[in-house]
Amino acid sequence: MAQGSTPAAPPTPRPTGRSGPAPAAPAIGPEEVTGAQSIIRSLEEAGVEVVFGIPGGTILPTYDPLMDSAKVRHILVRHEQGGGHAASGYAHVTGRVGVTMATSGPGATNLVTALADANMDSVPVVAITGQVTAGLIGTDAFQEADIVGITLPVTKHSYLVTDPDDIPRAIAEAFHIASTGRPGPVLVDIAKSAQQARTTFRWPQAIDLPGYHPVTKPHAKQVREAARLLATARRPVILAGGGVVIAGASALLRRLVDASGAPITTTLMARDAISVDHPQHLGMPGMHGTVAAVAALQRADLIVGLGTRFDDRVTGQLASFAPQAAVVHADIDPAEIGKNVRADVPIVGDLAEVIADLLIELEREQAQHGKPDLEAWWRQVDSWRTTFPLGYDEPSDGHLSPQHVISRIGELTGPEAVYVAGVGQHQMWAAQFIRYQRPRSWLNSGGLGTMGYAVPAAMGAKVGAPDRTVWAIDGDGCFQMTNQELATCTINDIPIKVAIVNNSSLGMVRQWQALFYQERYSNTDLHTGHGTVHIPDFVKLAEAYGAVGLRCETKADVDATIKRANEIDDRPVVVDFTVSPDAMVWPMVAAGVSNDDIQYARGLTPAWDRED
Amino acid sequence: MTTRHTLSVLVENKPGVLTRVAGLFARRAFNIHSLAVGPTEHDEISRITVVVDVEARPLEQVTKQLNKLVNVIKIVELEDETSVRRELLLVKVKADQSQRTGVLEVVDLFRAHVVDVSTESVVIEAIGSPSKLTALLAALEPYGVREIVQSGTVAIGRGSRSITDRALERVTRSA
Repeated sequence: MAQGSTPAAPPTPRPTGRSGPAPAAPAIGPEEVTGAQSIIRSLEEAGVEVVFGIPGGTILPTYDPLMDSAKVRHILVRHEQGGGHAASGYAHVTGRVGVTMATSGPGATNLVTALADANMDSVPVVAITGQVTAGLIGTDAFQEADIVGITLPVTKHSYLVTDPDDIPRAIAEAFHIASTGRPGPVLVDIAKSAQQARTTFRWPQAIDLPGYHPVTKPHAKQVREAARLLATARRPVILAGGGVVIAGASALLRRLVDASGAPITTTLMARDAISVDHPQHLGMPGMHGTVAAVAALQRADLIVGLGTRFDDRVTGQLASFAPQAAVVHADIDPAEIGKNVRADVPIVGDLAEVIADLLIELEREQAQHGKPDLEAWWRQVDSWRTTFPLGYDEPSDGHLSPQHVISRIGELTGPEAVYVAGVGQHQMWAAQFIRYQRPRSWLNSGGLGTMGYAVPAAMGAKVGAPDRTVWAIDGDGCFQMTNQELATCTINDIPIKVAIVNNSSLGMVRQWQALFYQERYSNTDLHTGHGTVHIPDFVKLAEAYGAVGLRCETKADVDATIKRANEIDDRPVVVDFTVSPDAMVWPMVAAGVSNDDIQYARGLTPAWDRED
Repeated sequence: MTTRHTLSVLVENKPGVLTRVAGLFARRAFNIHSLAVGPTEHDEISRITVVVDVEARPLEQVTKQLNKLVNVIKIVELEDETSVRRELLLVKVKADQSQRTGVLEVVDLFRAHVVDVSTESVVIEAIGSPSKLTALLAALEPYGVREIVQSGTVAIGRGSRSITDRALERVTRSA
């Protein structure tokens, strides 16, 4: 990667034309340049302000003109996966396309996890990778990997560019594809020979993709039918997914919830789609959802799914999911509709347009027929809410409660901050216990479940929103996968905060071992927590990276430690909260079983008949 | 119940497109029965005829997922009754002096052709529907089939309408 030396590579030709800052009024060509310059000019024209990357042999030519760009800032990451997740974090917080750059071979393969992650969570990312010189492709050359082939299943689209004249078009199309329709990652793999060759830079005036026409305007008849169902259902539930946040439709969703009077539940990807304090909000559905949200979906006569995939973590055993419900399913990706759950009313379109149209039709329906009487439904839903509220017990071992730590971080930092989780127990608690109020304040790896997402994604988020406090809520396992990016944060003045919810183990796996493997804890002890050898010592590790390292072991210190972390704004802060390893995430629907078998706490399943 | 469907997929004539289409089938656990690719009357469009074994609902998923591929321009399902479908078969059959007459009778019966003759064998070329070729092979079996090579199904709709017309409009408009 960084040390990569391609054999006998000729020096990058120096640009003969302008290499200084671009003029204020962007010229769009033609300019006589190198392919490498054409890449940088293209990124400038695409409006890129920051690239997270690492140079190496085959992308070296491009790093030379990158040094001179006045528009594109490059942040040198320590691992390509970190660069990819940083681009994702940046994209998720800003709504813009995140960009990452890497060299060929191992540099590119290190990006695979980050691309797969962005693909599952529909995050617009463009990855530029160097490829070996065109004549060497297919010869198993040094640091050669068929990265287009490797990433085919995990990207929205990809390009292999060997002709330097194709560079502007490929990059323009990549940005268009990444950011429109259902967003996703696009890879542009560019041969070193194309970067070195002379070419003419012309930024395309129009995008020319005969096979790519995302539908944004919903079908009026379907919207009318959805409104009719929503206006007449007796037990409706609105199920909002991450698509609402991506579409920027949070304010519209709020209006729809108010107008319909229906209960709403927001998936893991949409915890920040609408204020969690909205009186009609039941919390999160699914495997670790609230009893009220899960039960309401199971008993609903209508589910209005907006920008959600009906993922297996939401539906539980598919055959017994919401047996009585008619389903309205709106999504910009037609392939999501009917993929898992049959849709009675399919609506393909941009959610901002779908919800806006739905509101108009719903108001028209209600003007004619009056508002539906949902009182009996709300009585039932409220009884679930009162009987089975989200909560937790203090650990009996006297150690910190992870739920308390995470709740206090949210309460003391406030709703304007950005919270970024890794994957596992801490992720679920952060989804359950932080009171999200605004869109783009909650980032996590929902679909792929990538341990190690938090630190680099928080870094990208902080670059995208420098004025907002960014807390990575991480686990001791996750943190050890990508914490090298603390170096990037310290050196580039990106003062993120990291809370390591340190239960000294791979907590979620340990929870499953406790529940389903007779407490046989095979290979889940990480020796990082309370009363262990502390390897590594997270405080010392933080200090080694030039960050502030804090440790908190008692409940009495929690608030003071969080406040101290929040006061530090000139460097990253890492707080090692040593919590109880025995805390579990509840409620829980075990994998593959029916949502009806949700356990409120260990061994405690609600008695539905009493309620029905 | 699994059924067989024939899809005509119009794609941009670009490198790697076949990999994208074939990879999608494998990834989504759809079973390809046969695949044939070739140029069309338009330089920029290739046509893939793919025969898949699926249930009705997954077929909709196949089509939707294919449509998501940026290089896929159009997908049409060709129904049995409203389309003509053909496969090409080349088969090498043992045919010495004693058997040759019998083999040639079968060839005539199926309106196939002999395209190569040696003292020991003949190569027969046959074009037809999958069921006709299956029947031909069954008839040749007793003589000793030495080698078979078979193309994927290609199919075209009956009548004057062309599925490429609108796709062509798109391509030329954007060109």
